[in-house]
Amino acid sequence: MATSRQVLSLYKQLLEKAYKFDNYNFREYAKRKIHDSFKEHKGLSGQEQINSLYNSGIDSLAQLQRQTSISQMYTFEKLVVEPLDKHHH
Amino acid sequence: MLTNQIRALARQATRTDSRSINVRSFTVTAGSRTRSVSSKTRSIRHLATKSSTASAKSASSASADSIVTTPPTGSAITLKSATRDESQFGTRPIYLDVQATTPTDPRVLDKMLTFLTGMYGNPHSSTHAYGWETDKEVEKAREYVAAVIKADPKEIIFTSGATETNNMAIKGVPRFYKKTKKHIITTQTEHKCVLDSARHMQDEGFDVTYLPVDEHGLISLDDLKAAIRKDTILVSVMAVNNEIGVVQPLKEIGKICRENKIFFHTDAAQAYGKIDIDVNDMNIDLLSISSHKIYGPMGIGACYVRRRPRVRLDPIITGGGQERGLRSGTLSPPLVAGFGEAARLMKEEMDYDKAHITRLSNKLKEGLLSIPATQLNGSNNPESQYPGCVNISFAYIEGESLLMALKDIALSSGSACTSASLEPSYVLHALGADDALAHSSIRFGIGRFTTEEEVDYVIKAINERVEFLRKMSPLWEMVQEGIDLDSIEWSGH
Repeated sequence: MATSRQVLSLYKQLLEKAYKFDNYNFREYAKRKIHDSFKEHKGLSGQEQINSLYNSGIDSLAQLQRQTSISQMYTFEKLVVEPLDKHHH
Repeated sequence: MLTNQIRALARQATRTDSRSINVRSFTVTAGSRTRSVSSKTRSIRHLATKSSTASAKSASSASADSIVTTPPTGSAITLKSATRDESQFGTRPIYLDVQATTPTDPRVLDKMLTFLTGMYGNPHSSTHAYGWETDKEVEKAREYVAAVIKADPKEIIFTSGATETNNMAIKGVPRFYKKTKKHIITTQTEHKCVLDSARHMQDEGFDVTYLPVDEHGLISLDDLKAAIRKDTILVSVMAVNNEIGVVQPLKEIGKICRENKIFFHTDAAQAYGKIDIDVNDMNIDLLSISSHKIYGPMGIGACYVRRRPRVRLDPIITGGGQERGLRSGTLSPPLVAGFGEAARLMKEEMDYDKAHITRLSNKLKEGLLSIPATQLNGSNNPESQYPGCVNISFAYIEGESLLMALKDIALSSGSACTSASLEPSYVLHALGADDALAHSSIRFGIGRFTTEEEVDYVIKAINERVEFLRKMSPLWEMVQEGIDLDSIEWSGH
């Protein structure tokens, strides 16, 4: 059973991972998507639903871990909208 | 081998030639005024040609500097002014051409990597576990692809892409019924692969009717009804147009086709997963899907082929009898699974993506249509317009020159297939646009990964460059002076 503290921690971990995308568009999308998904389900009270979303969040975290690593392995020039000095991790 | 190389070189040479066409000098006679505009026109051409070579080489600042001609007196802007300080920002262009192809979603790549690393079995090998596991995944992908259009998974045939599917449908169905039926109906604004397949069928003795479209790009249902003959076998109308994003009335067309017992094919490469499609509700018999337009991998697509009432067609590729015998050849599990995952995500995130794309599209339209003498191509009715495709004409500017000046934004003036030629778009021509308007049109594609920051940058950049190019344009100058361009007698010499 996922507690609200666990949910909050998952949210933070997901966002932290999202920032690690080297690709600007994927990074911005991941941030937006994570933020909006948690916001959308903010008022959720059914324990079963919370658990199922929490579990899919855990899967997403693992997927983000893999995909951000790949994004950091294959890098391209920064886009014209990206400030150059911003992304030091 | 050698002849091929020579041919390729010759092709290249012709292409370069057409890019650097010499502009004839014109003498413009407007009322009592006579003046030569050749030097100005030439400088625009000169600029465009040079910047094309520059962008081809690299986006180095040295070559970019050399192409900037002095701005007209009184102008504070230059072609480069929207490019920010290069020491602080990157140089890779913003991608705004999602109608050509979309970036592969990382979640799709994640799925595909499973197959490219360990799950390498042939899905048609039925004797061992390697085959079974990939076969299971392929069937799962088929379910996801079918679910987006509310079809049965058995009705999905995997192909190499929408071009193959369009060929398969437009050649396959009439060929199967060729003894009794001899007529095909399509529209003037279809993708080249549909038009070309139809032309091939004409060579095989079929009659083809190309329906005209109105100024928004929509076909008239009365035209369709009037075009139907007793020997009509197939109607092919694209769902969302690739150049202007207009959505055809699929449900009404489907109803007319079903009443007349004609097969209805729709090319949904740009529509699949982006607008609501229900093959049963819309009476669609065949539908083309492309994976790389929905953030999936390139090189795969699908054909929906209705089973009840059964649609029969002559396959183009025959062999081992895979895919119900309609498209033989070993399936590629990484591509199929990636395509399936992309389709699953399209369905799951349809509303979320739609809200994001609509918001950015409205912002972009507002920011660009506020420029004087601009026009939106397509429909104003949100019901018949896909918001992710914004096609705008900037009068008194040549689209290609604007594209050359916008090397920091990846855009297109139309279909990727025809972007190598400078020929104006046939789709815009079909809407009744003249050459000048068709030449001055640019397509903006907004997708799942486009950000608001990018749209803001694009609005600013286009505003500045359009102003710059217009200040150089003799035509614009004359319009500002109140001269009606139609009253001018152009004398070439």
